[in-house]
Amino acid sequence: MLAVLLVEYRVLPTKFKYITMTIHNILRKKFVAPLLLALMFSATATIAGELKDISTMAEQGQQKEALTRIDAYLDANPKDAQGLFTKGIIQAEGGQRDAAITTFNLLTKTYPNLPEPYNNLAVLYADAGKYDLAKKSLETAIKTHPSYATAHENLGDIYARMASEAYDKALKLDNGNSRAQSKLSLIKDLFSDDVKTVVATNNSTATRPIRKAETTTHPIKKAEPVTPSATPKAIPALKKQTETVVDNTGEVESNVNAAVDAWAAAWSDQNINNYLASYADSFKPAKGRSLSSWKKLRKTRVTSPSSISLKLSNRKMTVIDENNAEISFKQRYQAKGRSAIHTFKTLSLNKDGGKWLITKETASN
Amino acid sequence: MRLVQYLMVVCFMLLPWSATAVNQSKLTGQLFSSTSGKDLVEGLLVKSLMQIAEGNTKQAMLTVNELIRTTPNFKLAHLIRGDLLSAQSRALNTFGNLPPSSSGTDSEEVEGLREEARTRINHYFSADNHNMVPDITFKMDANQKHLILIDTVKSRLYLYEKSNNGLQPVADYYVSIGKNGADKNVEGDKRTPVGLYFSNKKITSPLADLYGDGAYPLNYPNELDTHNNKTGYGIWLHGTPQDTYSRPPRASDGCVVLSNPDLGKLQPVLKAGGVPVIISDTVKWIDSSRVEEKAKELKALNNALEGWRSDWVSQNTNQYLNNYSKNFFYNKGKLPEWTAHKRRVLSGKPKLTVKVSNVSMFSYPTHSHTKGKTSVGDKIIVVNFDQYYQSPTLKNTMRKRQYWKNENNQWKIIYEGAA
Repeated sequence: MLAVLLVEYRVLPTKFKYITMTIHNILRKKFVAPLLLALMFSATATIAGELKDISTMAEQGQQKEALTRIDAYLDANPKDAQGLFTKGIIQAEGGQRDAAITTFNLLTKTYPNLPEPYNNLAVLYADAGKYDLAKKSLETAIKTHPSYATAHENLGDIYARMASEAYDKALKLDNGNSRAQSKLSLIKDLFSDDVKTVVATNNSTATRPIRKAETTTHPIKKAEPVTPSATPKAIPALKKQTETVVDNTGEVESNVNAAVDAWAAAWSDQNINNYLASYADSFKPAKGRSLSSWKKLRKTRVTSPSSISLKLSNRKMTVIDENNAEISFKQRYQAKGRSAIHTFKTLSLNKDGGKWLITKETASN
Repeated sequence: MRLVQYLMVVCFMLLPWSATAVNQSKLTGQLFSSTSGKDLVEGLLVKSLMQIAEGNTKQAMLTVNELIRTTPNFKLAHLIRGDLLSAQSRALNTFGNLPPSSSGTDSEEVEGLREEARTRINHYFSADNHNMVPDITFKMDANQKHLILIDTVKSRLYLYEKSNNGLQPVADYYVSIGKNGADKNVEGDKRTPVGLYFSNKKITSPLADLYGDGAYPLNYPNELDTHNNKTGYGIWLHGTPQDTYSRPPRASDGCVVLSNPDLGKLQPVLKAGGVPVIISDTVKWIDSSRVEEKAKELKALNNALEGWRSDWVSQNTNQYLNNYSKNFFYNKGKLPEWTAHKRRVLSGKPKLTVKVSNVSMFSYPTHSHTKGKTSVGDKIIVVNFDQYYQSPTLKNTMRKRQYWKNENNQWKIIYEGAA
């Protein structure tokens, strides 16, 4: 019933994160909602299935056929946002940059409130070296959705690229070369619930105590640099509090980190049993999929590539209590022979019988 | 926050204390309300940096864009633009804040650009040219209208025009000098010579791109340089390659490098050749009211020159030779050879006519640290003139050059030869 868009953007090494993962997750609903509204007019389960099939075709290299089918689909549903979006992705993936730009432009005209098409336009423009246009597109996306993290992040990258171009001119570096190095690619995966999945409908995202946890840890963190100038009275109290939290979290932190390391190792070693053992029995797969069907899918996904490289960075942990923790990180997944996929991921872990297990997994671009 | 940090960087790294100490927005207003006579490109550059320092990065971006539009090959402008763009996505620690992945050679280039920025800004805020004139004794001949002074410390070329009131500033330009600075001594030391030179006409044969829009050779090594065993050759005033508007302050192998537009502006001045070019690493500035002292010095020197001429005509050989320093040198030897030669020539006491006309005089810059050499601390003035000579057997007109040196308050000739 729902189709969630996923925007993947391969970035320069100098990545700057604007919005922390937790906040990002909370806000995610915000920008997905208008799209869902738009879809309600046209999308039904069967149509979504059709689009999914088309995407799969394109992914399998049958891009011509996929395009023919998506055009037929769009003949029947000319203003269908999801259809147009799919077409744009197929074109972009197939190297038809200009055509993809046209498609996304049409999408922005028809649905000016959807931020994703602007973001994709920006990626395509940036790929063409048209940084000014890319910047404008992202600014529009941000104007309609001020908290759209991907657009912020991409805008940061656009600035970085423009800066690097300016530096090149300042230092007379080999422009041709550096352009090639920083070549952008746009990866889209619309319906997959693999690493790139975005979960948007599950209400638990909003109700989970992420925010609370964040606000309790923040003042403590901030208190440290402040202490020298704080009143003498306040210092002991603050210090004590900091210490106890640190003591508590220190142990939890290392255990959770170890659990995540084991999970990542199992995945990249393609050890499906250990991988699945990282998840709790109460784990709820995305999109209402049953646990058994999810396990089947994961088995295929994890074992079929000839090798998998997985890198986690920028870990940020929130310890909720001694049995519950939340960890966010940047994930770089690459199956052999395929391009790398960068994802922001949040795992919720629960300590059950002395073992930290994943109870929830959300990924976003 | 990042921008604030960057502008602190700009303030501390680049702007002289005098610029940061005052209210900056006020200062910018003053500086850019009267930019006439100032170099537009440099004005825009300084303006953009001042705008950054004031926290006005949006305006700074517009200024830099304008700068790049007018001068697309101005590397420093691209560097600042890069910084302004980078500041949108990461904290900047320094001016010219390239990503950490940049290689070592880049940082050398960045340092060169930083130096250029510092040099240009320092000049912009310096007070040298306000009611001050360089400490130069000069008298121009009929063809000369301009004098060029190059301050190697400040990387600046000053153009002056003669007027009834002395030197009138016309313009000044940023220049690059030798990689190793000033005071050239030996070939290949990549230094710019310090001394008084005369420019030659523009080189007409095709030149490499390195020299830009043209090159005007200087007469390095001059007579004094040769006497002091200085070696090397090919010291020119020239432009920049097409891919860059300017080069770092210390960049050449000894030449003085101007931007092509600036070289173009000097073209009418340099065209005829013979422009005095004083290159100094110890430029002194004096109040224009002290110009009278200079006039006195000129008068004394004029008297000395006339004394030399009349001594020669009067055939009082001892008195004539008394005009020469014991350190005298010429192209065939030193004082003993000269004395012998002159005594022989003048022994027949021929009836002579000697006329001196179209005289020019220019003070020779003193060095900061050439100890034990002829020019240390002493005042030397280079005198050029047309010499008409007539004896019963010879009638000859030539352009002559003499170096006069003030020895114990007496002007003595230390060199004489054809100019």
